[in-house]
Amino acid sequence: MKNLIEIKGVRHSYKTRSGPLPVLDGLDISVPKGEFCAVVGPSGCGKSTLTRLVAGLMKPDAGEVWLDGQKVTSPRKTVGMAFQNPVLLEWRTILDNVILPLEIVAPSMPRRDRVARAEELLEMVGLSGFEAKRPSELSGGMRQRASLCRAIVHKPDVLIMDEPFGALDNFTREDLWQTMRDLRAKEPFTAVLITHDLRESAFLGDQVVVLSGRPARTQYILDIDLPQDRTIDMLYTPIAADMLHILRDQIKIAQGRDPEAA
Amino acid sequence: MQILRKIAVPILAILAFLVVWEALVQINGWPNYVMASPSDLPAAYAQFWELFLIGSWQTLWRTVAGLGLAVVFGLLLGMVMGFSQIMRDALYPLLVGFNAIPKATLVPVLALLFIGQHDFNTVMMAFLISFFPIAVSVGIGLSTLEPEYRDILRSLGASRFTIFRKIALPKTLPEFFGALKVSVTLAFIGTNLVEIVSPHGRGLGALFLSGQTNSNYPLMFAVLIALAVLGIVLYYAVVALERTFAGWAERQAT
Repeated sequence: MKNLIEIKGVRHSYKTRSGPLPVLDGLDISVPKGEFCAVVGPSGCGKSTLTRLVAGLMKPDAGEVWLDGQKVTSPRKTVGMAFQNPVLLEWRTILDNVILPLEIVAPSMPRRDRVARAEELLEMVGLSGFEAKRPSELSGGMRQRASLCRAIVHKPDVLIMDEPFGALDNFTREDLWQTMRDLRAKEPFTAVLITHDLRESAFLGDQVVVLSGRPARTQYILDIDLPQDRTIDMLYTPIAADMLHILRDQIKIAQGRDPEAA
Repeated sequence: MQILRKIAVPILAILAFLVVWEALVQINGWPNYVMASPSDLPAAYAQFWELFLIGSWQTLWRTVAGLGLAVVFGLLLGMVMGFSQIMRDALYPLLVGFNAIPKATLVPVLALLFIGQHDFNTVMMAFLISFFPIAVSVGIGLSTLEPEYRDILRSLGASRFTIFRKIALPKTLPEFFGALKVSVTLAFIGTNLVEIVSPHGRGLGALFLSGQTNSNYPLMFAVLIALAVLGIVLYYAVVALERTFAGWAERQAT
């Protein structure tokens, strides 16, 4: 199968007062079309930089990012983004927030069609009836659902998520994982999910990429051997426990600790 | 009930203020030329009502014109400073310096620059005194926009102008209206400054001056009250605009 996202030997550093600070140093990630790639790593290892590179918001110092056979040098309309902060526009209703990308990507699309598309997505994530509400009237989990709808409303090839569930409580988070799973069944997209939650990476990912500590390189790739229609309960099976163990050990290595130690 | 309370409370407060004022004057036995009392005012309004109408109109339109200029210029300046670090560094000291100058000192400068253009000078002063808060607050609003907000649209290839129109501008509106509330009273002060200081002025300020010249103390106080009323009217006009355009930023009391 062809890889939709191809990240090859990417290096990047930021300028700081005390000289350049390398954050990525030898990053290789391949994501086949339709697959879900979860990226985990110690905090501050450059995961967010990775999202900005894939989105074309910045260019790497070295190496290449390819999307759908084209080298990424600038932003493109086929990408959707979601962040830890749902960044909904407070002056718009939930419906108009979801519509926002269509106003940029498909300016000639009739309002009626835009509304229909947004309503369809809002229904999928369980937000029917909240179309006319303002973001401030919704709970954190609901806002994040709306934010996800906005990220995929224009049917992007690639959905890039930077810890979208990081600020939610555990139960809400698990709800959203399932919402994400159900969305994937209905909406075809290739996803990159940055997370620091190993269970989340195993529940959602087809492959989990473990990054090393800063400067980050691809340290380990684990294929998640669970069926597509996963349930939270599966995370408590021996096979999942084994995978989580492997990931945990890899994170310890990334942090520069001994995986055998407690 | 809610609406009744909203209207009744401020009116009662104003009445209470007038009662205290009247009582102070009566108890101290102050004559008119020390301090007029509210009961002196109706006679002054009745006698000069035509001058009050003309003066109020002149003061009002020149204030609004000056404020309009301040909004346009302040927004532009705020945008320039909000989007460019270099412009911010360049303009801040100039702006702060300019704002620190007592505007009364500019009256003769303006008067000499544009001799006889009384209306123009007045509008200019209202503008000069009131654009600063708008420029600063819009500048800060834009420069502190969280990068994620920009990234949502930037990742779709939206232009800078689109990002400004769809996100940065609406997001800055609450700050803008906050500044406008300050600016509206400042513009008012600017207008009156010119009206009072310059000879052969117009508007309520000139009426105040003529009250002073003729030792008509109730007239002077009547002008002050008229100015206060105009100020309140303008302020609430801005509040009404804010409700319309930035009502979303208002938090419901919980």
